[in-house]
Amino acid sequence: CMHEVKMIRLFLPKDRDEENCKNDGYRTLPLSGHVGFGSLPDQLVKKSIKQGFCFNILCIGETGSGKSTLINSLFNTTFDDPVSSHFLPSVKLRAQTYELQEANVLLKLTIVNTVGFGDQINKENSYQPIVDYIDAQFEAYLQEELKIKRSLFSYHDTRIHVCLYFISPTGHSLKTLDLLAMKSLDSKVNIIPIIGKADSISKTELQKFKNKIMSELVSNGVQIYQFPTDDETISKINTIMNGHLPFAVVGSTEEVRIGNKMVRARQYPWGIVQVENENHCDFVKLREMLICTNMEDLREQTHARHYELYRRCRLEEMGFRDIGPENKPVSLQEAYEAKRHEFYLELQRKEEEMRQQFVQRVKEKEAILKEAEQKVHAKFEERMLALQEVKLKLEKKKKVLEDEIAMFVEKKANAEVLQSQPSVSTPLLSLKKDKDRKKYVLMLVIRGSKKKFLHISLL
Amino acid sequence: MSELVPEPRQKPVVPMKPVGINANLLGYIGIDTIIEQMRKKTMKTGFDFNIMVVGQSGLGKSTLVNTLFKSQVSRKSSGWNREEKIPKTVEIKAIGHVIEEGGVKMKLTVIDTPGFGDQINNENCWEPIEKYINEQYEKFLKEEVNIARKKRIPDTRVHCCLYFISPTGHSLRPLDLEFMKHLSKVVNIIPVIAKADTMTLEEKTEFKQRVRKELEVNGIEFYPQKEFDEDLEDKTENDKIRQESMPFAVVGSDKEYQVNGKRVLGRKTPWGIIEVENLTHCEFALLRDFVIRTHLQDLKEVTHNIHYETYRAKRLNDNGGLPPMTVETEENHESNL
Repeated sequence: CMHEVKMIRLFLPKDRDEENCKNDGYRTLPLSGHVGFGSLPDQLVKKSIKQGFCFNILCIGETGSGKSTLINSLFNTTFDDPVSSHFLPSVKLRAQTYELQEANVLLKLTIVNTVGFGDQINKENSYQPIVDYIDAQFEAYLQEELKIKRSLFSYHDTRIHVCLYFISPTGHSLKTLDLLAMKSLDSKVNIIPIIGKADSISKTELQKFKNKIMSELVSNGVQIYQFPTDDETISKINTIMNGHLPFAVVGSTEEVRIGNKMVRARQYPWGIVQVENENHCDFVKLREMLICTNMEDLREQTHARHYELYRRCRLEEMGFRDIGPENKPVSLQEAYEAKRHEFYLELQRKEEEMRQQFVQRVKEKEAILKEAEQKVHAKFEERMLALQEVKLKLEKKKKVLEDEIAMFVEKKANAEVLQSQPSVSTPLLSLKKDKDRKKYVLMLVIRGSKKKFLHISLL
Repeated sequence: MSELVPEPRQKPVVPMKPVGINANLLGYIGIDTIIEQMRKKTMKTGFDFNIMVVGQSGLGKSTLVNTLFKSQVSRKSSGWNREEKIPKTVEIKAIGHVIEEGGVKMKLTVIDTPGFGDQINNENCWEPIEKYINEQYEKFLKEEVNIARKKRIPDTRVHCCLYFISPTGHSLRPLDLEFMKHLSKVVNIIPVIAKADTMTLEEKTEFKQRVRKELEVNGIEFYPQKEFDEDLEDKTENDKIRQESMPFAVVGSDKEYQVNGKRVLGRKTPWGIIEVENLTHCEFALLRDFVIRTHLQDLKEVTHNIHYETYRAKRLNDNGGLPPMTVETEENHESNL
């Protein structure tokens, strides 16, 4: 029966269409011999090896949750990382880059550690520095991509490829800080939740704890990284691993002799916890998933999903659209032109506004000055008038004085004339006061002739 | 450790000596598996390759492309008769196929340029070609600059241009020089001496030398360009190709003949069978290995990282640069950002 079905498939013309659909409508061409482009992936790989690889890990977790020890165990080295105190006032991020080489692969590994996470009394701003850091790396890449003269192929990629979130092994559930932090980061970075220092939880408690954590993440809508299941070769293993999340890990920088080997382990009075023993913890699973199976996928998801989302939001923020006002697709160039035009108009408007303001001010100032001028004028006139008046007064006074002087001169002349009269020569001629003189003249008149009557009247 | 990853990965018995700052690797970690991961991913997404063939009619362009890719990629205009009109201007015909080999899927597009150099007056006949190439760059730029971008931007840019030189035996023609001068700045040009079976070995070497000299004198940088050699290894390898093998003198054929008990591609003449893939007969195998087996990826990368970037920079500069961004500018910010 199955055989029949197979044969029918061969003859259905629909098949070819399906095949063509898979190939974007291109016809498949059979090759009649060996061409040789099967080496293309090798060529690509060779070039990538020459360039080297970048991998950036962000570790978030409270101080003392085992971050540094785990990283040391993962990469089998001792990255020098000073132990931090619990008393830092705010969360800081510390990034260090190392070059690791294995076989002919050169890996530029950057480990970013959060320092002081969860230590403060008020943890409100705990995760904002982390979000800012991740955004800053995206921003730097975006800036490079938007440059005119850019060199993307030699760009040292600092974008965070994976975030290992360390959950405290309380055994109960996630802390509020954990939920908030993961919620604010899940759309920006691939999150792999990890239970650190897992040797403090017993096996039974561990499974309950894991279930609780996963259900809390789901119910709060936190999107953690799912190992990809679309490639048949690794989908089985990835699906299994997805079910083991969050990984309960134990790290160690010490080695203990077990049998005839030295292994990484933690020695307790009641036994030895071996880091690489899958019965003891999920360390091996984490290493396999993180490095051996999905490193490339993590990098790709960061670029194709998280970075693209960031870029889209950022460009929209700056006012660019793919669709213009009439729902027609608008290219970045058109958007730019529109924006430039808008900007130019705005500039013009501002210029015009300023010019008008200037004119206004000038007018006002002119008015003020004019007023002042008028005032000064008025004052001047006033003063002139006053001056005139004073002058007139003075003239009058002068006239009066002149009149008086004239009268005096005449009187004097008359007096002299009288004096020179011969008929009168009495000792009473001596000049005394006016009164006396007047009396004298009167006496003269009485004594003298009638002709002298005229003189009296005059005097 | 369990076999979680079903790959025949070999763990080194002794850990490799580490080279690096502050890193002492003790024991195997698995960083080198990233090569496998990358290989798998690229095989899944597949590759695009666009090759353009330019040359006068009858130089064997279609045959050569068919021989290169061992399939009927181009339909030859076999035996054109006078009634068939020679196109008035250069036409650009792009035909795409999907070919698969060893699990690698390649979308191959062959861009043919019928009418090139065929008119009486061939002035500026390279312009339609240059326009086509720039149009592809423009298409890519538009996609790249979109806000909501496609996951994988379809790559229609011309990665490689095979220019067919007529085997006159004397020197390059003015048309050849003009074309290559103009186009070597926008696309990777690989000059090829067509129908090389019309020259003897001595004539071939002399002709090649003359052609190389002329290209050098005219400042034409054909692929692999000297300035893009990344390191000493590349340089020595490419120098050898540049100074000895190029331009490749090729013969194409899609007919098979029996020679010494093997079926080979060849051309049958009264005086013998010219074997296409025989290195003593012609340099087809060299061309094929060069373009497909060793430098395919490099052709694509030079196109993307250099020619496309040059186009993009020029285009954005002409537009007055991209729109101004917020205040953070670094000292080496060269654009109007």
